[in-house]
Amino acid sequence: MNKSIKLLAVAALALPLMATTSFARDQIQIVGSSTVFPFSSLVAEKFGKSSSFNTPVVESTGTGGGMKLFCSGIGEGHPDISNASRRIKSSELEACLAAGINPIEIKVGYDGIVLANSVDAPAFELTKQQIFLALAAKVPGPDGKLIDNPNMTWSDIDASLPDVKIEVLGPPPTSGTRDAFVELAMEGGAKKFESLAALRKEDKKKFQAVAHSLREDGAFIEAGENDNLIVQKLKANPAALGIFGFSFLDQNEDSIKGAIINGAAPDFDNIADGSYGISRALYYYVKKEHMDIIPGLKEYNEEFLSSKAMGEDGYLLEKGLIPLTEAELAEVVTGLTEMKTVSLK
Amino acid sequence: MTNLRAAHIKKRYAAERRFKMYGLLAIMFALGFLAIMLVTITFRALPAFSQTYVKVDIEFSENVIDPDGAREKVQIAKADFQKIVRDGIYALFPEVTNRKEKRKLKKLISSEAGYHIARVLLADDQPDFEFIGTKQSVWVKSSDDIDSFIKGLIRRDVDESRRRVNDQQIGWVDQLMADGRIEKRFNWDFFKFGDSRSPEDAGIRGAVVGSFFTLIITLLLSFPLGVLAAVYLEEYSKPSKMTAFIEVNINNLAAVPSIVFGLLGLALFLNFFGMPRSAPLVGGMVLSLMTLPTIIITTRAALKSVPPSIREAALGIGASKMQTVLHHVLPLAMPGALTGAIIGMARALGETAPLLMIGMVAFIVDVPTGFTDPSTVLPVQIYIWADSPERAFEAKMSAAILVLLFFLVIMNAIAVLLRRRYERRW
Repeated sequence: MNKSIKLLAVAALALPLMATTSFARDQIQIVGSSTVFPFSSLVAEKFGKSSSFNTPVVESTGTGGGMKLFCSGIGEGHPDISNASRRIKSSELEACLAAGINPIEIKVGYDGIVLANSVDAPAFELTKQQIFLALAAKVPGPDGKLIDNPNMTWSDIDASLPDVKIEVLGPPPTSGTRDAFVELAMEGGAKKFESLAALRKEDKKKFQAVAHSLREDGAFIEAGENDNLIVQKLKANPAALGIFGFSFLDQNEDSIKGAIINGAAPDFDNIADGSYGISRALYYYVKKEHMDIIPGLKEYNEEFLSSKAMGEDGYLLEKGLIPLTEAELAEVVTGLTEMKTVSLK
Repeated sequence: MTNLRAAHIKKRYAAERRFKMYGLLAIMFALGFLAIMLVTITFRALPAFSQTYVKVDIEFSENVIDPDGAREKVQIAKADFQKIVRDGIYALFPEVTNRKEKRKLKKLISSEAGYHIARVLLADDQPDFEFIGTKQSVWVKSSDDIDSFIKGLIRRDVDESRRRVNDQQIGWVDQLMADGRIEKRFNWDFFKFGDSRSPEDAGIRGAVVGSFFTLIITLLLSFPLGVLAAVYLEEYSKPSKMTAFIEVNINNLAAVPSIVFGLLGLALFLNFFGMPRSAPLVGGMVLSLMTLPTIIITTRAALKSVPPSIREAALGIGASKMQTVLHHVLPLAMPGALTGAIIGMARALGETAPLLMIGMVAFIVDVPTGFTDPSTVLPVQIYIWADSPERAFEAKMSAAILVLLFFLVIMNAIAVLLRRRYERRW
């Protein structure tokens, strides 16, 4: 007993000491958006299997969290790539530049955000204006003044819509999907109202505050970051609609269907050619400073943009990534070869 | 009078019976929920334990695999093995020539099939290249959609537009079935592989090994530290304001939300000491901070339950304080301390929140081989699969939950066993 306790104590003290010696990192580290995660982890896996390099480690931290880690410094202790479901913010870029990091921006494709409900429920055909009327905390009243949203059922908004209670499940404010939805659908809808359009010209901040605040009276329900969970809830509750990424609609066609928005159905072609209005670009950022230091980093970028991944039959497209146009892709490829970094405007 | 008393007694008995019933009902309620949970999880997990295979006649044509005929392993490993698998399945249905239909046909088989064939053929350092130029029948994995279809998870009777497998693909599958080219096998790969984005290739091994490494570190750190702290507090320290303060803080520490330990790990271990991200070493250190209070508290309780007469007897025959503690008190308290440690470990095994901060919530394909290799743990694997769009991951997730529950049950059973065997009553 005596001896073994001594041994254990020595082991316990020695372990953390051993660990403080620095480690040479021989695999790429990727952090960031949970929307880009399925794509970048697929590239990482294929890259690891088809090259002599180790498989990169991909973390799903959310865009904001990823940027924070990414911009915290240069060196082996910091990630090489940050995935983002939006462009880098100027505050984040400032942090990056201050730490001596020059990020290269790689645009990888598009993602549609869908409003969907159970296949057993009536089909929805909405305009952005109607989405705004259904989900905004404050809407313009009859005299143009802002009032608390009075609409309780869809038919309150427009007689052509079904007479069911407004009940929409969506992601929490920390989510990039929520940011994009609010920006594209809600703001897009709000602009269509004369009084709000006038407000937008006058005071942009105030307009955004109106357009970006979702109802808190139970019509909009925060259902967590997990899109699968929202899909499950829609199956159980045919009266509700849900907001999530296109790939989840793609995988669950047997149980949910997407609402047609401004006349365009959420499908691959409509999102790719831009006729479906709620879609956003996906990016990742890579540290120029790490390009020559971390083994395989260059090759990973090449793999991501290769025709094997992004081409017409590419594996990323099979998983639901909506591709860039040829011209856009060519531009991204040149940007990468020239190592064009993002700079503050 | 007697009537009244009899009625009163009857009432008391009835109340007694009701009270017993309430307790029984509570237990049945809890057990009922447990049973429902276990049954649904097991039921959902079943598809993950089998995998559909398709027999394809593959021509290992030299043109594709080794165009320059050099027979170099490195060159051949880079060849497009997926193409020869694809050609194999095209050859089974020569009537399909349309490009769009060919794409549908190609989706019958796993997109990783070629990789696995190459891996098996080129496993040796000096593989013999006799397979080049031959034609062989090989069983390859079907794609996840076809696998789901065979298992009845994608139903034939729903409308084609709402089905991930279209009528034409079903026709092909039926024909393959009739030819005996489709087979369902036990999915050993689930226990052999690390994570993958292809559900048919995803396995639990990486997470199990990662959890194992993490828990080893946790045990090595928190058990000796916890026992030593408890021994000091219980046997040596004199009641003072200082010890009271320490005591309060240990109890507080036990109630701190686990994510806080993750933040501490990020700030201290990663940023200050510069340890690697995503490593079981750091994960174990963070989790040991979390289990430490549990171990201290249970060990102290165990030490307290050793009767003072034992200590006094040891001291009385001339043992030093240290001898008393090491030879008599601690061995008697060990079962209690070990039980606390195992329960603390079981809690650590199910923890994800603190690991998020130190990068262990990650997609990792390679099975870790050491304490500093990037790795993930079982509950994180469950979370990642639950969050994946592909439907086939639902079964994998449930299977991973079963594996996690299996380990938890084993650990708790060991704790109960230790208590039963070594517990002494005075």
